[in-house]
Amino acid sequence: MEKIGVYVCHCGTNIAGMVDVQEVAEWAASRLKVRGVVIGREYKFMCSSLGQELIEKDIKELGLTRVVVAACSPHLHENTFRTACKRAGLNPYLCELVSIREQVSWVHTDKDVATAKAMAVVSGGVERVIHQVPLEPMKVSIHPDTLVVGGGIAGIQAALEIADAGYKVYLVEREPSIGGHMAQFDKTFPTLDCAACILTPKMVQAGTHPNIELLTWSEVEKVDGYVGNFTATIRKRARYVKTDLCTGCGICWEKCPKKVVDDVFEAGMGTRKAVYTPFAQAVPRYPVIDRPNCTYFLKGTCKACEKFCPTAAIDFTQEDELITVEVGNIILAIGYDTFDAHRIAQYGYGRLPNVITSIEFERLCNASGPTNGEILLKDGKTKPKAVGIVHCVGSRDKNYNEYCSAICCMQGLKFAHLVHERTGAEVYNFYIDMRTAFKGYEEFYQRVLEEGTHFIRGKVAEVNNAARNKDEEGKLIVQVEDTLVGVQMRIPLDMVILSVALEPRHDAKETAKRFGLSCSADGWFIEKHPKLDPVATMTEGIYIAGCVQGPKDIPATVVQGAAAAARALGKIHAKEIALEPFRASVTEAQCSGCRICNDLCPFNAILFHEDKMVSEINAALCQGCGTCVAACPAGAISGTGFSNEQVLAQIEGLLLLNVDKNAVPV
Amino acid sequence: MNNNDTFEPVIIGFTCNWCSYRAADLAGTSRTKYAPNVRLIRLMCSGRLDPTFVFKALANGADGVMITGCHPGECHYIEQNYKALRRFHLMRRTLQGLGVEPGRVKLVWASAAEGAKFAREVTSFVEEVRALGPLNWGAGENGPVTAYHSTRQEALA
Amino acid sequence: MKEYAYFPGCSLEKLAVSYHTSTLETSKKLGVKLKELDDWNCCGSTAYFHIDELLAYTLTARNLAIAEKTGLDVVAPCSACFKNMFFTAVHMKKDPDLAEHINFALEEDDLNFSGNIRIRHVLEMFAQDIGAEEIKSKVTHPLEGIKVAPYYGCQILRPRKDHEETENPHYFEELLSAIGANPIEYSLKTRCCGGSLIISSRIAALSMVRNLLECAINQGADVIATACPMCQVNLECYQQSVNQEFGTQLSIPILYFTQLLGLALGVPKKKLGIGKELVSASPVLAAL
Repeated sequence: MEKIGVYVCHCGTNIAGMVDVQEVAEWAASRLKVRGVVIGREYKFMCSSLGQELIEKDIKELGLTRVVVAACSPHLHENTFRTACKRAGLNPYLCELVSIREQVSWVHTDKDVATAKAMAVVSGGVERVIHQVPLEPMKVSIHPDTLVVGGGIAGIQAALEIADAGYKVYLVEREPSIGGHMAQFDKTFPTLDCAACILTPKMVQAGTHPNIELLTWSEVEKVDGYVGNFTATIRKRARYVKTDLCTGCGICWEKCPKKVVDDVFEAGMGTRKAVYTPFAQAVPRYPVIDRPNCTYFLKGTCKACEKFCPTAAIDFTQEDELITVEVGNIILAIGYDTFDAHRIAQYGYGRLPNVITSIEFERLCNASGPTNGEILLKDGKTKPKAVGIVHCVGSRDKNYNEYCSAICCMQGLKFAHLVHERTGAEVYNFYIDMRTAFKGYEEFYQRVLEEGTHFIRGKVAEVNNAARNKDEEGKLIVQVEDTLVGVQMRIPLDMVILSVALEPRHDAKETAKRFGLSCSADGWFIEKHPKLDPVATMTEGIYIAGCVQGPKDIPATVVQGAAAAARALGKIHAKEIALEPFRASVTEAQCSGCRICNDLCPFNAILFHEDKMVSEINAALCQGCGTCVAACPAGAISGTGFSNEQVLAQIEGLLLLNVDKNAVPV
Repeated sequence: MNNNDTFEPVIIGFTCNWCSYRAADLAGTSRTKYAPNVRLIRLMCSGRLDPTFVFKALANGADGVMITGCHPGECHYIEQNYKALRRFHLMRRTLQGLGVEPGRVKLVWASAAEGAKFAREVTSFVEEVRALGPLNWGAGENGPVTAYHSTRQEALA
Repeated sequence: MKEYAYFPGCSLEKLAVSYHTSTLETSKKLGVKLKELDDWNCCGSTAYFHIDELLAYTLTARNLAIAEKTGLDVVAPCSACFKNMFFTAVHMKKDPDLAEHINFALEEDDLNFSGNIRIRHVLEMFAQDIGAEEIKSKVTHPLEGIKVAPYYGCQILRPRKDHEETENPHYFEELLSAIGANPIEYSLKTRCCGGSLIISSRIAALSMVRNLLECAINQGADVIATACPMCQVNLECYQQSVNQEFGTQLSIPILYFTQLLGLALGVPKKKLGIGKELVSASPVLAAL
């Protein structure tokens, strides 16, 4: 029989004001003596050091083997009491904290009823703790290498932090160069720093860092394992360029006769060749051959690049390479895609010339873009005299995406400023609200206001070219209600820029599945806790950073990249981590191999051994939800901490079936 | 449990550690009052709910059982509350076959922020069970519960 | 042989009789049988729904019930009739209480509507049910060189019925291409013509008509094709009023798409009611 100590906390008057704590303690000591309770105490504040000492003393002097504390919610002090037990030499998992505050004294109004319920709750706790077994947290070793998926600013930041700390990083990027969306921008708000100027030093650092292995033009195909012990299979796609010989001189793309529209980096506004690097400052500088568009692969002729390459680096026979890496942590930073503005037919995107998206406008503004940084109309020569910027295209809209994309207001202001600066045109910003929350943002808004930008509060109804008078002929007419004055307006413009929503990557859901993560209904990856743990996920060892978690600006992205790196480094530094021991395990002898449990686990923690015809649970992957425990028809799976015996016993205790009816009545 | 003549049902409630248990905690910190007839058991997930628990509770004196968990789509373990949902429906039909009114078992989704909802659900469920009257399943001289107790007392002696 | 129950609607009896005859002629040519509903009544148009919703629904439902008795899908040439019928059926399906009330009244006439038939607009029937391919194969006199503005109007598209495209549909253009005509890029093709505002708020409606005419003319149309008698009347009969009001000199023929379709299928002009319009289409059609 166990020796159980019951401690009832007053919590000042929080509990004692409604529950007769002394009565409960005495009741436990007498009526549950038959169950093993050897002492029942009450104290003003059990969580205080004196309170804890009471427990520790009793463990040592009375040889307690189990402890029940009736106080506040276990979410507050479970650890406190467990640690106290540990200090006294009792396994911390042999301590049970039952709530008689949040669930009794604070929610009921009748003292007798509340006291009686507190007794039942204590009784349930006693029965449960009898069936508790000593548990040890599981230790798992951590491989020091890290996999960072996504080479945008988030991934680059994370990779640099980890590499600078002295550990190896594999930085995988699906495009030929790292840099992500930020490399496409011209200026960044609110400082109007040139995006490339602040990004390329980091790109170069990442490209030359001895601890970073850059795997561009590559994708992760498969991930197995668990925290500290992941195995990733990465496909390095064939570049058809020998990177050990290539100097990045650029002769190949100069000589290549095949031009294609670049709809990735140039967002469809410019062209590139079939052999190319996405932009001049690409890291690494090795080009790739776009096989579906290469004359040689299509027709067997040309080979101009090979002919002119001074180092014989072109290799049409190259094949994809599959490599496997072992890592301890993974950081996912795959970024975002933009909303397809074709979906809003009334804005005329794709139909009316000079209606462009934000990314397309960034390319126009960029000095190395298709117009060398000049803001020009589709004809390639005319400067616009009136430009409209439409906010919230595809955001904050029940028909498309309900969320706010966080950056479009600042982006719209940035565009307004650039248009003023480079064209002197009249600028109209059509907005619903101005969201300029962070450092320097509101001041930037004021500045743009002072530059003479026209702000019209109203959701643009349509962009059309049906002119009604001479002034409107040949123009794009924006129809909008200025809701601040309540007037319908028709504004003739030369160019309309649509601030399109940020959306998850089109293949985000597949990617999430590959890593065993989940996405919200919108498609953003789910963080462990939206307020207190935004870079961790439900899977230990896998972190997320940047827009993959939700739309955000560059500073927030950089912060998340660094945060994820810090988490990974913490684990690496600790060399091994302890996992909570609430796991399920299969008793092999009782398992009949029915495999009902196999498909129930969302963490893929249950394996089936074909040779022995039994299932086994990988304790490191198991998160302890207990679904398989409940499902096993043979009862062959037990869940530590929440075993069947414990719960069934707790039910009996709560229903007072265990009470010694003959003990001295209280 | 108390002295007046109205029947006071005893209800066992299962909560999940991440959402509904925290909802109960929130009801507590907000001092939202609700009926005292429910005694809660904490599980890690509603998916842990073994139908045996429900049968045990009802057979041992509970008049009703309330099962709570995270909203579908919000389960901490991703999708286990769907499994709880499936089990719940099957279990309720089984109970009905055994002569237990389906109204004695209820499934409620409550997120960690829904303390008020938790309290409301408890109170309304208590009334629903009160209207059904005491279950007294297995009570009586030769009923399984009485027999169980006599064998147990022998064992404890 | 496709068969439909045919609901002409009040305006096709007199004012828009050319729409009526051209619809019948063209469907005959394409082997589609249109059986006019027996003892049909007015659909209530716009006005009635603003006076008494329940009675208005019932009025329309009576036509639906008569159509359901024939077991055929019902087709209507007028966008307002079409819209009223379609959404009466939708509301009756969504609201069993409404359906009960309506069917209770219809019982008097031994009628009942259970929502088992489809309701189509004549333009949908030609452009989608029959299809551009089928029509193209039967064209004998393609309307070469004639630039047509495809004017959908608004009530055929809005409120949205399903997931179809309401801002930038293409089926009218496809139909016009199939008959050899040249559908122009018409920026206001889904814009309202003003409807009955022409009576209650004349200047506002005239302004709307003006925009539609000007845009079509500026975008190069020779003729505007419509699919609704209200649109046709507003656009054609008020051109003079528009010019008087705004000092413009707009003039463009407005024909029903079925008239153009009939021409392409070799139906004689007289049978299509061509030659009776206020703004003559002869100069445009002379080329044929």
